[in-house]
Amino acid sequence: MSAQTEEATAARPTPATGKGGAPPPGASRTRAARGVPYLLILPTAALTVLLLGWTMVKNGLLSFQNLNRRQLIRHVTEWTGLDNYTNALGSSEFWGVTGRSVVFTAANVALIMVVGCLVGLLLARLGTKTRLLLSLGLVLAWAMPVVAATTVFQWLFDQRYGVVNYLLDRAGWHDMAGYNWTSGRLSTFFVITVLIVWQSIPFVAINLYAATTTIPKELYEAASLDGAGTWKKFTSVTFPFLKPFFLATTFLEVIWVFKAFTQVFAINEGGPDRLTETLPVYAFTEGIGSQHFGMGAAISILTIVMLLALTAYYLRLVLKQEEDEL
Amino acid sequence: MKPFALNRRAGSGSLLGRVWPGATAVVLFVVFAFPVYWMFATAFKPTPDIVGETPVWFPTSPTFDHFTKAVDADGFWTFVGNSFTVTLIAVGLSLVIALLASFAVARMRFKGRKSFILVMMMAQMAPWEVMTIAYYMIVRDADMLNSLPPLIAIYTVMVLPFTVLTLRGYVAAVPKELEESAMVDGCTRVQAFRKVIFPLLAPGLMATSLFGFITVWNEFPMVLILNKDPGSQTLPLWITGFRTTFGDDWGATMAASSIFAVPILVLFVILQRKAVGGLTSGAVKG
Repeated sequence: MSAQTEEATAARPTPATGKGGAPPPGASRTRAARGVPYLLILPTAALTVLLLGWTMVKNGLLSFQNLNRRQLIRHVTEWTGLDNYTNALGSSEFWGVTGRSVVFTAANVALIMVVGCLVGLLLARLGTKTRLLLSLGLVLAWAMPVVAATTVFQWLFDQRYGVVNYLLDRAGWHDMAGYNWTSGRLSTFFVITVLIVWQSIPFVAINLYAATTTIPKELYEAASLDGAGTWKKFTSVTFPFLKPFFLATTFLEVIWVFKAFTQVFAINEGGPDRLTETLPVYAFTEGIGSQHFGMGAAISILTIVMLLALTAYYLRLVLKQEEDEL
Repeated sequence: MKPFALNRRAGSGSLLGRVWPGATAVVLFVVFAFPVYWMFATAFKPTPDIVGETPVWFPTSPTFDHFTKAVDADGFWTFVGNSFTVTLIAVGLSLVIALLASFAVARMRFKGRKSFILVMMMAQMAPWEVMTIAYYMIVRDADMLNSLPPLIAIYTVMVLPFTVLTLRGYVAAVPKELEESAMVDGCTRVQAFRKVIFPLLAPGLMATSLFGFITVWNEFPMVLILNKDPGSQTLPLWITGFRTTFGDDWGATMAASSIFAVPILVLFVILQRKAVGGLTSGAVKG
């Protein structure tokens, strides 16, 4: 019904200025015009349903199958009901990986948000030249392609010739000369975290800075008149004003870090001894690596469900702010 | 007056207080820029300088040897060709398809419009990295592993939601009156679009397509799983597989990474402003 409001005004000029001849029968014309928007969104909708929606369904179907190397080669479908799920949910390995992913995500996002916000607030305090300099550094880190960044970080943290070990050694921590960062779980996670945080801070900092420029100055002046100090101004003006931004960005980062595959995989392929596998990497090594495709699909569905919950909450946050703009 | 006076007492007081924001900014600049700098510096340094006891901080005697080695590596041009083929076709396709949809969404009222936008927002957050097994099975069943068309199709859909949502903003920004007056002057709606709106949209199309370009150019998990045959792989696999390609030759590895990163770094620095605007209007603001 709402199709008429704009469509009608747009369609009307044509018959009026018309190319002569009888005015087209009104009813059929508006009906045709009403179909136009659907025709326009059809390719997008069809492709999305076909290549994203169907894959989701396929992923679900696979998760109910016993599909290993043998079944794959013979092209047989063996339905196993909920076996994959009961196996996954009943294994300590799955819960270990899930816990690890949650802690990993929490640590990364906390670091990204805290440091990112501090850098953003710093940007707001700086003079033009220093702000430009810092922005340039941030944009370089932000723009660096992830795969290129992983090789660079492997080089920075290289055992023999890496700059990090050299600097630590020079700073007096001599044990670190020749330290093999990928030999331990925590040290591998450390490298991955530095990489992810380094690449994610610019997004938070630059957007936070952009957001602070939209805060009306009058609010600060009013707060000063009320005798508010620096901290009070932050808690009573800045933070409430930016709260939607904080929430939305935090969720976005949670989603991004939780599903990060490239960084975790490319730095050490989930090693040593599969100790740094997060859920996406775990689904990959179980499914593709060990050729337990059904099991891998079940793990990926469980991961997707967690992500979906996060995404739904995030979209609700965003839509609440943007309701009228939709 | 600065909107932020977190540390005002220190700020207006001692010399230290006035200097620290600038000093911190310089330190942070070094921290953020150093890895990128180090990639280029290593790529240009002669090997003895790379594997010395103490790092050589500046490439004082620059050499192109590592670049030559990277470019002469087995199959380099195949990877480059594949990367460009996949990226350009996927981005081009998604641009055309998204333009139609974004026009409908920005300019027309119709039932289901809101749901369509919502679906696009959901699709934009789709966990591609986690769905690779299903894609593997689908592509395998179609007997199309180790070929480019499946990648192109997947990448097209991957950048489609972002493209639709971003273009919607650009289309909406073109004044409706221009289109209407063109139609009053006797243009059909299609003509009005082609002659009036499209030229005004060009910068938006550029910016949007470049971000699609960055996404596809960088994509790693999908091609990792679908294409095991080097003849059908793209640059990200070549870069991450550097240990097999170059051994522990960090000079060549950094040269390869530099070749891969330069187009993106250049595009991004140019488009930085639009990046912020685009990401907030496309992702955060929906």
